[in-house]
Amino acid sequence: MNKVTAIIWKDIITELRTKEMFTSMFIFALVILVIFNFAFGFSADITPQASSAILWVAFSFAGMLGLGRSFALEMEGNAMLGLLLTPVDRSLIYLGKMIGNVLFMFIVEIIVLPLFVLFFNINVFEHAPSLLLTLALGTVGFVSVGTLFSAMAANTRLREVLLPLLLFPIVIPVIASSVKLTEAVLSGGGLTEASGSLKVLVAFDIIFVTTSAIVFEYIVED
Amino acid sequence: MNILLTLTLLSMGASLYTAFFYAPTEIVMGHVQRIFYFHMGSVWVATVAFTMVFISSIAYLKTQKRNWDILAYTSAELGVLFITLTIISGSIWAKPIWGVWWTWDPQLTATFILWVLYIVYLLLRSSAGSEVRKAKFAAVFAIIAFIDLPFVYISARVMRGVSPIVFGGGGGGIDPKMLVALFASLTAFSLLFVVILKYRYDLEKMSDEVAKLKLSGAS
Repeated sequence: MNKVTAIIWKDIITELRTKEMFTSMFIFALVILVIFNFAFGFSADITPQASSAILWVAFSFAGMLGLGRSFALEMEGNAMLGLLLTPVDRSLIYLGKMIGNVLFMFIVEIIVLPLFVLFFNINVFEHAPSLLLTLALGTVGFVSVGTLFSAMAANTRLREVLLPLLLFPIVIPVIASSVKLTEAVLSGGGLTEASGSLKVLVAFDIIFVTTSAIVFEYIVED
Repeated sequence: MNILLTLTLLSMGASLYTAFFYAPTEIVMGHVQRIFYFHMGSVWVATVAFTMVFISSIAYLKTQKRNWDILAYTSAELGVLFITLTIISGSIWAKPIWGVWWTWDPQLTATFILWVLYIVYLLLRSSAGSEVRKAKFAAVFAIIAFIDLPFVYISARVMRGVSPIVFGGGGGGIDPKMLVALFASLTAFSLLFVVILKYRYDLEKMSDEVAKLKLSGAS
């Protein structure tokens, strides 16, 4: 476990020094919210259905930006080689990178939420615990496969272009279930109203974190 | 090989005959229902092909043998071809029966995502660089994609509520002659799949051989 935290810590320190990934993810999410605000004609009251979809479009696009950078960073100066040379099991490297990515994306989400309340006049704070749980589950699902494909895309000719193509078709169940669940929470129904989506999300997270950790070694070794 | 080819041609003829002349006309849908025999045939082959991609991908990661990779690649190509035929024939059937070319019913949604996923698989292969890396990346993606499919189907079901459409020649009784036509079509499509797969596999083997010869000639 110490080894995993070391990898997470390494990513956090790199990020704290430059702050470039975090800033770009945050600004990008913000711009998407503004675009949707324009598209809906600046009307303050939109339905929970539309607002949860807007929220997840902003989150997944911002998350994509961060994921694309995650392993491109390791390619610079061949840092990946150093990471692989450490006496650590490959699946632990995956876990470290994944948890780091989850953290970054989750922090961006937490900061974007109040602004979302500001723009769309939807009160999210009364349902805060269930909303945070939904965000966490959706983020883990998105990042689990995302981290794996980030390592893959960084090694191909098309690079960052390939990542959204690989990732979005796979995470359709995650995004669809998260939107459904967020909608249930925002409309005051609570998690139980969309228990089907909750189950899909939990199952997806467990299965894909495990599978990705197992197959990760085939991606990074040459 | 020649025997297989002859058998395939014969079964294709038999399938055409049974589907258009031998099987009776469906009472409600009329002649349009006959497209169903070919629809079922192609969806069956596509299912077999994608399952083969999954199994060969696991086998490749385990053994690192090029043969498994060729099998996965050629099956994926054929799977994409037959799933495209499935979607086209399904749309032609749906227009007169449902009144629309397409609807976001869970089954159709899952089929559509399936189609996208394996096109991305082929795209990944063409962009991955070296042969070994290409094979590994493709195998990993194929495994993830195959496990993802049940999730796509279930989440689409949860989103839309349960699908009201019963697929097939009717839940109650199906005319035995229709069954014969269906069986003939499944046989013909399966044999066709095996034949194309065989040719495609040999072709890949030959292109490997040519690449090897070029390399030895250069040195």
